[in-house]
Amino acid sequence: MSDLMLKGRAIKLGDNISTDDIIPGRFAHLRSNLPELAKHVLEDGAPDFASKVKALSATGEGKAILVVGKNLGLGSSREHAPVVVKMSGVAAILAKSAARIFFRNAINQGLPVLLCDTDKIGDGDELEINVTGGKIADLTSGITLSCGKMPAIMSAILGEGGLIPYIQKYKDFVATG
Amino acid sequence: MLLIIAEGTIKIVKQLRMGKTLAEKILSLKSGGDAQAGDVVISDVDLAFVQDTTGPLAIRQFKESGFQALAKPQQTMMFLDHAAPSPAQQLSNDHILLRRFAGEMGCRIYDVGEGICHQLVAENFANPGDIIVGADSHTVTAGALGAFATGMGSSDVAVALALGKTWFRVPESFQIELSGAFPRGVYAKDLVLYLIGQIGADGANYKALEFGGRALARMTMSQRLTIANMAVEAGAKVGLFPADKVTWNFLREHGRGDKYKPLSADAGANYEQVILVNLDQLLPMVSLPHAVDNVRPAAQVKGVKIQQAFIGTCTNGRLEDLAVAADILKGRKSHPGTRLLIAPASRQVLIRAIEKGYIRSLIEAGAIVLPPGCSACLGLHQGVLGDGEVCLSTANRNFRGRMGNPEAMIYLASPATAAASAIKGEITDPREFM
Repeated sequence: MSDLMLKGRAIKLGDNISTDDIIPGRFAHLRSNLPELAKHVLEDGAPDFASKVKALSATGEGKAILVVGKNLGLGSSREHAPVVVKMSGVAAILAKSAARIFFRNAINQGLPVLLCDTDKIGDGDELEINVTGGKIADLTSGITLSCGKMPAIMSAILGEGGLIPYIQKYKDFVATG
Repeated sequence: MLLIIAEGTIKIVKQLRMGKTLAEKILSLKSGGDAQAGDVVISDVDLAFVQDTTGPLAIRQFKESGFQALAKPQQTMMFLDHAAPSPAQQLSNDHILLRRFAGEMGCRIYDVGEGICHQLVAENFANPGDIIVGADSHTVTAGALGAFATGMGSSDVAVALALGKTWFRVPESFQIELSGAFPRGVYAKDLVLYLIGQIGADGANYKALEFGGRALARMTMSQRLTIANMAVEAGAKVGLFPADKVTWNFLREHGRGDKYKPLSADAGANYEQVILVNLDQLLPMVSLPHAVDNVRPAAQVKGVKIQQAFIGTCTNGRLEDLAVAADILKGRKSHPGTRLLIAPASRQVLIRAIEKGYIRSLIEAGAIVLPPGCSACLGLHQGVLGDGEVCLSTANRNFRGRMGNPEAMIYLASPATAAASAIKGEITDPREFM
């Protein structure tokens, strides 16, 4: 399999973005209507987030890369959190650290989450990401970052585009490296 | 000569590594291998469940995967607890979807009014050494019974429902060694808030918290459930207690004493960190908005006006919690400027609280008693806060927007602190009423 490569621009947010920040419980009635739910992504904490992602996609300069600090996605197990981030147009997430359920949910949804020192990336920086190899080139600043390795089974799930496509293909968990 | 020394050294290292943490022990048994921290294992699942806000997506993922049947219908549960009863037509339709799926697949559904999934799992299903996965982050609660219980998303649980197994990265463990006894006015909630303040909201990310020490012998199952419940608020994957006499008594009281087996970590287990806490020195604690690890002694926060006090949830909605609150509120009145909400964690808790007279004391003090379920905790009904309002809650999360309004403030504390604060209409150290 060839390496999964992404090109895009950083949209930077801070530390400790909870699942309630991403999609609060008060929208639970929209969870069976994902396009409607996705309209409310991060609306309390970063009300201009959705329009920023949209504007970026419209320029054709590349995809939106969400770049955050530590402990992304703390809180609830709601998989709707990475779902609405992905539906908003975000192609990948870079974080210093991510809460374990959110991390696993995002990979299961085929949304790459790479862990690295995101302090080195500025808002709006142009990024080139080798998801498979865990390398990030910040073309704006000229620096390169390496990411922590994820377990082989997670890479395999991400490689198939998420847990459901993975299971459709293999019917079971298969031994990986 | 050198070889012999080397061999001896390897032996010692191996002996040290022979000891297993509770997490390694349970995952070894259930994966049929030698699970060590850092390994990835495929493990059998003893109980898999969803609730009404994560279940609909799990069902859609289950069907999209092409699955036709549950691997273990008897060990699969659906709980309608988050919107209970439903405040919106969309959620009512989600309930219909879950009821139909349960009917088609032959699994048990706990309908509206029966209680919170984690309380019902503790009362009816969780046993020492079990692997439990739930599409709810507070699935960790069952760690109080020595079950490796953890929260996952809808897709992971959908696959666990179909295959009867899942994959885990075996976590490194922190040992939390507890000595002493709770002083007057100090409870399990104060301990776990204090611990989260020390560890930090991400300090135990991916790790297992394993509780031990001489204080455990006097720690009730209700207290253990409160502590295990909040392990996830330090980022932990599980919060595990050994299975001991307290566990045995709890299982016998709930009609499954035969499921008891003693379970504890080996003496030579490797811990990434050891944290010692002397309960004698603890104070009533409060977690301040908008982060659970933003913890201070109640005495330092006293005087903050509250418009709502909420006693309930999977953290603190059990009989012991209602007893503490009723004891403080009996013969007193909640402050006219403060709504006092009570939501028992299960129907069994509600019935026992009625029998013991706690509910009468609470209602006479001005409380509004809500149906067993998650209630006001996650902001979709039954006590949504207004702009600028402050709630003192016995729940586990105080994130911005958690209780339905990003302009509101949530403080977390024990049922005693919530009861005392409801009387004065402001955050109060509960020892003032003891």
